[in-house]
Amino acid sequence: MPGRRVHDRRGRLRAFPLLTLAAMLGPLAAGLWWTIRPALGMMDGAPSLGPLRATLDWPGLPAASWLSLTSGAVATLGALAITALILAGWTGTRAFGLLQRLLSPLLALPHAAAAFGLAFLIAPSGWIARAVSPWATGWERPPDLLIVQDPWGLALAAGLIVKEVPFLLLVSLAALPQAEAPQSLRIARALGYGRVTGFLLTVFPRLYSQIRLPVYVTLAYSMSTVDVAIILGPNTPPTLSVQIVRWMADPDLALRELAAVAALWQLALVLGGIALWRAGEVLVGRLGALWIGSGRRGRLDGVAGGAGFVLALLTALAVLAGLAGLALWSVAGFWSFPDALPDSLTGRSWARHGSDALATFGDTALIAGAATLAALALTVGCLETEHRGGLRPSRSLLLLYLPLLIPQTAFLPGLQIMLIRLRLDHGLLPVILAHLVFVLPYVFLSLSGPWRAWDGRIATLAAALGAAPGRTLWQVRLPMMLRPLLTAAAVGFAVSVGQYLPTLLTGGGRVSTLTTEALALASGGDRRAIGVWSLMQALAAFLPFALALALPALLFRNRRGMAHG
Amino acid sequence: MAEALVLDDVCIQADSRRLLEIDRTIAPGAVLTLMGPSGVGKSTLLAWMTGSLPPDFAARGRLRLGRQDITDLPPHRRRLGILFQDDLLFPHMSVGQNLAFGLARGGDRRARIAEALEEVELAGFEHRDPATLSGGQKARVSLMRMLLSEPAALLLDEPFSRLDAALRAQVRTMVFERARARMLPVLLVTHDGADAEAAGGDLVTLDHAH
Repeated sequence: MPGRRVHDRRGRLRAFPLLTLAAMLGPLAAGLWWTIRPALGMMDGAPSLGPLRATLDWPGLPAASWLSLTSGAVATLGALAITALILAGWTGTRAFGLLQRLLSPLLALPHAAAAFGLAFLIAPSGWIARAVSPWATGWERPPDLLIVQDPWGLALAAGLIVKEVPFLLLVSLAALPQAEAPQSLRIARALGYGRVTGFLLTVFPRLYSQIRLPVYVTLAYSMSTVDVAIILGPNTPPTLSVQIVRWMADPDLALRELAAVAALWQLALVLGGIALWRAGEVLVGRLGALWIGSGRRGRLDGVAGGAGFVLALLTALAVLAGLAGLALWSVAGFWSFPDALPDSLTGRSWARHGSDALATFGDTALIAGAATLAALALTVGCLETEHRGGLRPSRSLLLLYLPLLIPQTAFLPGLQIMLIRLRLDHGLLPVILAHLVFVLPYVFLSLSGPWRAWDGRIATLAAALGAAPGRTLWQVRLPMMLRPLLTAAAVGFAVSVGQYLPTLLTGGGRVSTLTTEALALASGGDRRAIGVWSLMQALAAFLPFALALALPALLFRNRRGMAHG
Repeated sequence: MAEALVLDDVCIQADSRRLLEIDRTIAPGAVLTLMGPSGVGKSTLLAWMTGSLPPDFAARGRLRLGRQDITDLPPHRRRLGILFQDDLLFPHMSVGQNLAFGLARGGDRRARIAEALEEVELAGFEHRDPATLSGGQKARVSLMRMLLSEPAALLLDEPFSRLDAALRAQVRTMVFERARARMLPVLLVTHDGADAEAAGGDLVTLDHAH
């Protein structure tokens, strides 16, 4: 005989979960639908296999597909291996603290800025080549080597690894407490296993089951990235995703049908990649079980741990050195090969591009700010609905990962085709809504943990003091949540700043952000301009994080209880 | 003004299993103590009374203040004050703001807050950061914050268990004195025999047999 609930504790808030799902899945579904139609040649008539045949006739298709698959797999494997090794060998040590401090901020850095920085570092005329020339190599001119944009996609994979290690490390650290690492590790070590082997055999399986979805996100992203592939990936043929964007940009509108077919093929490729990865998980699990059954303690512990540390450090240093390179190029005067440093410093590049970059910064911030605010409002609405209804975290939130698992190139071209067809391809609104699709999951994932960890008795207490739920939300919970709210906002902002394809495809070619402008410079090779624009891009992503740190410290400087919220 | 708190034939269930039954009236100024080991549903009863019962529980029975049935009122209209074992002062507000939060509108609010602080020997503490107070001071602010919201009854959820022995007796006396002076019915949930003894009223012992 359950009691009749007379007052509905959720009230009007109930619209939020639906709105949130609509904001994320609406564009996804619309984009896929408008990809399928042109792919089947249904835009102006009956379905036909023409577009499919035309796409299959493109000679680059096998190579482009293979390239997407391999560079994505190599990047994900590499990032996961480095993450696992540093966690296994170094958690709880001082060295780990150092790595964590070096790597965490890199999460905010837009992929494109990291990729440009890396390109400046490893290119034949880059910093590394300069550092060892001519004394070691004898090079007086940049060697004729295809290091960046190599046909195997290795530079591309490296560019992805340096950005995905911080991501996987952070999600692992969040999941680690549930894996009971210290206890298991102590037992494994008492049984004679080394640190790394013990961790990999006892903790990692549990950890991995927690971070499986983020790993799939990494794989899906790595297989279909456009901006990193434009900067670091090969050109003839490019990766499948880059080819899709080229077809979309072609003045010949018939090529859009090819793009649509390729988009669906890209989706199948990613889903197949995830399925293959899943099979690999099972295989590795079997091998691990065999190892455990054999009782071997392993002898490569020290080597593996050391390699993990060196690789992780290299990852961090590569990005930091890359950023330094961007900064130096942006103020470099005459700088000839093989000089390690420019002859002089000048503000000329900033004078030439600074005002444009600043104006574009404004548009970038407007789009990012609007998308982030919307994402925050929806997220808080959903979490508050969950709280007032006394509901448990819903399984349907797995849908949050959907926009991150479906490759952008699979549905954004369709979204553009739809916007053009319906003549909605102008103004900032479509761009903001497209950004929201990707900002929302990250804002939600960032805020939901701290939000749910809030002591529910405080809400009971506030109600006992006569405060209605709305007043409790605005005057108690939101102020207490200021720190995680601002962090979530900074995450959302950084995600939006880093978006390339959504801006390019839904802006009708008339909306530019720091990212699209920087990418437009990629083929030109004007390093000073790239330096200015990429640095502005990085600043736009970092600034909100600085604010998220500084603002609560300032506002609550007289509130010790808010020091670690 | 003073009303009794009535638990009228209350039965709380979890997964169609009876967890707890109680049928009691707490007179104005009286204390009813609920004792029992953890897990017998003491906190669940308080959650039901404050209107925050998790959905996987079901409850039957009525909750009344005097003649007013408050069973179906939203939590903030029930006029039930509650103290938890933690002071739960809002960390982002000053002591004065904490007290002002529950204070009814109108009147000279500042004077009433000053008066309340004076009453518990914390005069002039308005602008203090709650995190800088001692445990006993926090407990006193927490009590006055609740009393300023003028509740019609008091629920105490093991409110003294976090305080050290010397402080516990002192805070306990203070709470019961204030409640009696305002003629508030009090429901005390505890697993500490000394609390029950100090409360002096009726005692209901719960056990898993329910």
